[in-house]
Amino acid sequence: WRRGQERYSPVTQFTQCRVLREHRLQREDLWVRDGRILDPEKLFFDEQGYADQRVDCEGSIIAPGFIDVQINGGYGVDFSQPSEDVSSGVSFVSQKILQHGVTSFCPTLVTSPPGVYHKVLPQVKVHDGGAQGAGVLGVHLEGPFISAEKKGAHPERFLRTFQSGGIEDLMEAYGSLDNVAMVTLAPELAGSQSVVRELCRRGVTVSLGHSVANLSQAEEAVLHGASFITHLFNAMLPFHHRDPGIVGLLTSDQVPAGRTVYYGMIADGIHTNPAALRIAHRAHPSGLVLVTDAIAAMGLPPGRHTLGQQVIEIQGLHAYVAGTKTLSGSIAPMDMCVRHFKHAVRMHEGSVCVMGSLFYVFDGFLV
Amino acid sequence: MKLIILNDYDQASEWAAKYIRNKILLFRPGPDRYLTLGLPTGSTPMGCYKKLIEYYKMGQISFQYVKTFNMDEYVGLPRDHPESYHSFMWNHLFKHIDIKAENTHILDGNAADLQVECAAFEEKITAAGGIELFVGGIGPDGHIAFNEPGSSLVSRTRVKTLAKDTIMANARFFNGDLSKVPTMSLTVGVGTVMEAKEVMIIITGAHKAFALYKAIEEGVNHMWTVSAFQQHPQTVFVCDEDATLELRVKTVKYFKGMMHVHNKLVEPPPSLSKKN
Repeated sequence: WRRGQERYSPVTQFTQCRVLREHRLQREDLWVRDGRILDPEKLFFDEQGYADQRVDCEGSIIAPGFIDVQINGGYGVDFSQPSEDVSSGVSFVSQKILQHGVTSFCPTLVTSPPGVYHKVLPQVKVHDGGAQGAGVLGVHLEGPFISAEKKGAHPERFLRTFQSGGIEDLMEAYGSLDNVAMVTLAPELAGSQSVVRELCRRGVTVSLGHSVANLSQAEEAVLHGASFITHLFNAMLPFHHRDPGIVGLLTSDQVPAGRTVYYGMIADGIHTNPAALRIAHRAHPSGLVLVTDAIAAMGLPPGRHTLGQQVIEIQGLHAYVAGTKTLSGSIAPMDMCVRHFKHAVRMHEGSVCVMGSLFYVFDGFLV
Repeated sequence: MKLIILNDYDQASEWAAKYIRNKILLFRPGPDRYLTLGLPTGSTPMGCYKKLIEYYKMGQISFQYVKTFNMDEYVGLPRDHPESYHSFMWNHLFKHIDIKAENTHILDGNAADLQVECAAFEEKITAAGGIELFVGGIGPDGHIAFNEPGSSLVSRTRVKTLAKDTIMANARFFNGDLSKVPTMSLTVGVGTVMEAKEVMIIITGAHKAFALYKAIEEGVNHMWTVSAFQQHPQTVFVCDEDATLELRVKTVKYFKGMMHVHNKLVEPPPSLSKKN
């Protein structure tokens, strides 16, 4: 209700709930009107309004939607498959992942030949989410400009290096950078600096991964604008005390003032040992971002399924490159990752919610 | 005056809250009969507000037919600033109870014309039938609301420049940064509060002891504006032990000796006992 309004917009007050504000869970009521979060103080003083209905949450947490910046598909849909109707596959997954609490995501494409990018990319558009499915923030292009030594499950024959002038190679491989939110590349590849700079200039997040870069190479990439690390620990050189490699970015003193290096972590209980999760978290808690790196098989029963140009096999909670013991990706949904992370790090719930949600800006509530 | 002395802050807060609770219950407010209260902000009344919220949640009282008038507000501080008195009242009282927004009145420190805002506030009080019970605190310099030393004892709602003592005392709410504390405020006058039917001043803590001494054991003086209430027919001072540290032993003994009488004022009224 509000004073002097023409159209009746009921105000709902969620009580006995915990909300995420100022990086922690607080016992605060949540007020909503017309599907937007409301500042109750403004409602009270400006509009002399009050709640039309109250919902007792009995102590539950109301968390902001999770954001997954690395997800390769799910429920049988593989984002790297050059189908005729990619957008309906994306819509299907976006609707399914709502039940995991994910409200925004970056459909991720693994290393593929130019033909696949040219066919798939024009069909995936940035758009807001809603009741029908999670929003698409933009595509995450993981490869093909990555290291052969750390390709993981990516097909070697489609890996590329920067030949001509850097960005031209990118445009030739991908076709277009419209609707691209993030690119994972290996910074030790010659010519990467200008590519990193150009991508950042265009508003694309540059993430370091699938790389054998040493710490200096990684720091140089950060200086040129790189701001993310793709699935920390996986597909990079292990931490070494004389050259910490990409992992060293977590405590590097070469990160420009005012900038943060964020890092994705797959907390599915398989890709990273809980002790490693804890080391990363303790070293740089504010940079931690939970990702699923989920593959098409997430949500499907055990067996063989297709990922990019390869076949993978599900055994229990593990997904391997068929015939090998190389991890192919995760099949743990985001809410499972959040809970597993909380348990592994033995943390307060509020901090974990922050890590699942990169952004926590609400209309009317700046958290 | 009645000088009520409790052991500590929590007990003083509870006594004050029960007094207000009983006031509401015995007044029996209704749609044609609103109870008007004057309210303070700051750390002193927080315990009292907590208790009032408890009594509301237990179903003992309702604020549906209660009108409130706050004592003061900073000038120039955005209304939604965490340290504004609007924010204080919302977070520490209004959002927890069933009071209607249109029944609350807080001076607008961002009004286009501050004089007009102050005059309008006085008119609103008159229109509401005057204030039944004005609750207040005391500053370390003996001020009531923002009526700093030197304020006229018959003053009305107006703009006041804050004294150095007050700015320093408030700096703790602005991260200790003196430059961030507002220097001006809108405040009800001493005369405005004197017109209330009853006045209750809550004073707790050793740092307020000297001000309390000046207010009740020395003469009426515009340098210690709370002293004006020596000339009000119905004043209650609610204190903890520490606040009485500068008083004469005789004064303290006299009023402590009357606690068994004064405590009757906070016993649950028959209507409440029947409910429970």
